[in-house]
Amino acid sequence: MPGLLTGRVAIITGAASVRGIGWACGRLFAGEGATLALLDLDAGAAQAAADALGPGHRGLACDVRNAARCEAGVAQVLAEFGRLDILVNNAGVSQPHHLMDSTQDDYDLVFDSSVRGTYNMSRSVVPHFRRQRSGVIVCMGSVAAQRGGGILGGPHYAAAKGAVQAMAKAMARELGPDNVRVNALSPGLVETDLLLGKLTDDGRARAIANTPAGRLARPEDIAGACLFLASDLSSFVTGTVLDVNGGLHIH
Amino acid sequence: MMLAGKCAVVTGGASPRGIGWAIAMTFAEHGARVAILDLRGPEAAESAAAIGPMHRGFACDVRDPEACRTATAQAAAAFGGLDILVANAGVSEPRKLLDITQEGYDRVVDTSLRGALNMAQAVVPYLLDRGGGSIVAIGSVSGERGGGVMGGAHYSAAKGGVHSLVKAMAREFAAEGIRINAVAPGLIETDLIAGRLDAERRAAVIAATPMGRIGTPAEVAGACLFLTSDLAAYVHGVTLDVNGGLHIH
Repeated sequence: MPGLLTGRVAIITGAASVRGIGWACGRLFAGEGATLALLDLDAGAAQAAADALGPGHRGLACDVRNAARCEAGVAQVLAEFGRLDILVNNAGVSQPHHLMDSTQDDYDLVFDSSVRGTYNMSRSVVPHFRRQRSGVIVCMGSVAAQRGGGILGGPHYAAAKGAVQAMAKAMARELGPDNVRVNALSPGLVETDLLLGKLTDDGRARAIANTPAGRLARPEDIAGACLFLASDLSSFVTGTVLDVNGGLHIH
Repeated sequence: MMLAGKCAVVTGGASPRGIGWAIAMTFAEHGARVAILDLRGPEAAESAAAIGPMHRGFACDVRDPEACRTATAQAAAAFGGLDILVANAGVSEPRKLLDITQEGYDRVVDTSLRGALNMAQAVVPYLLDRGGGSIVAIGSVSGERGGGVMGGAHYSAAKGGVHSLVKAMAREFAAEGIRINAVAPGLIETDLIAGRLDAERRAAVIAATPMGRIGTPAEVAGACLFLTSDLAAYVHGVTLDVNGGLHIH
C-alpha cells in the first residue's frame, strides 16, 4: 500500500527542534512518502533537522515574520523540488506571561510569529496552489484559544492562536473554490521543549488530572492529526479546528 | 495499513452505495476484519462477502438492545474479539415539523440515537476486554446547525443527541483507553438523497459549500479511518466536520 503522502512535497515552518511538533510532523510525513522542506530561523539547525529525517529533505532559513523571506523560501522549494502540495504553519512562540507581566515586545513576538507568520506563508504558497488547483494548508491553533488560556500561554498567546484559527477558517472559505483546503489543529498541552522550565510539577499534575486521557500529548499525537488533514483522507474536510487534547476540552 | 489486525463492527452497512459500506470497504483495505450489521441480514452477509472472505454480515435492528448484544457477540465470536465500533445506522426523513408523525419520530430518533447507545453498550465490554478501542458515531451537520441540508427537525435532534452522547461517553471511557468521537458529514452522495433532493435544493447546497460539491461516502470513511486509527491516539470527544466548508464555525 503506498504511503498517504507519496510523491507530495510539504513545507513545515518552525521544524528545527527534533523534540517539537513541527519535526514530528516531518518525520511522520516522510514515513508516508513525502519530501520535506523544514523552515526555521537558523539555516544550520533547519538542515540538521531535515537530515535527521533521511536523505533528500531540505532545511531552509526563514523568519516567518518577514514576508519577503517567506516568498523566497517558497520559491526556493519550488525551484528545488518542482512541486509543492502542503504547507504546515507550525512556527510559533509561547509565553506564559500574565497580562501585566508581558511587554509590547512580547506581544509583537508572539503575534508576529504565529499570526503574521501564518499570513505570510499562506500568501506565499496560495498563488502556486491556485495555479495547480490543489493544495493543503494546516495551521497550528491551541486549546488556549478556545478556552482563553488556562494551561500555559498568557492572554497574548491565547489571542494569537485564536487569530490563527479564525484565519484558517476564513482562508478555507475563500480558497475552497480553488480546491485548496485549510484547517487548523488545536492541541492541548504537548510535551515539547516549549514546556521545559515553564510548567511546574504541580501545574503538570493538574493538567493531567483535568485530561480524561490521563496524560499530556506527545508531538507524535499532533503529527497524526496533521497527517490526516494533510492527506487525501480529509479530502472533504475544510475550515475545521480539529481538537487534539485528550478530552481536556470537549465542547 | 492503518488498522492491521483490528476487528470492527459497522452498523447500517449493507447498502453498497451507502456510507456504512464505504467505511467497511476502507477499513478492510487497511487491514481490518469487518462485521456489517444491518436490518437486512442476508444483504449484510452479501455485502461483507463482496468485500472479502474474512468479513461477516449479521442481521441487527439497532433499536433493539437484545439484537445488538446478539449480533455483537456473533461478530466477536467470529473474529475473536472487537476493537472498533462505527455506529452508522440511521434513518432520515425530509419532513416539515407539522408533518412529522410520532412513528416517524420514533423511527428516526430510535435508529440514530438509541441505536448508538445500544451498540455502545453492547460493544464496550469487548473493548474493555482488549484494554481499549475506538468508537465513532455518525452525526450530521444537521445536528450542529438545526437542519439546512436534508432531514426534518427530528433528524436534527437525533443527530444532535448522537453528538452529545459521544462527548459524554468520551469523558467516561477515556481513562479505560477507549476513544469515542463523532463525524458530522454534510451532504453526501448516497441513496438516502437520491430521489429526495430536487435539483434546485441540490444546487443551493453546492452553492453554499466552499468546495463547491457534494461529498462522497469514501470521504466520510476517510475521517472514520483516521479517528479509529492510532493517528488519532490523543483525539477524544470531538465532532469532526466532513462538510466541504458548508458549516465553518
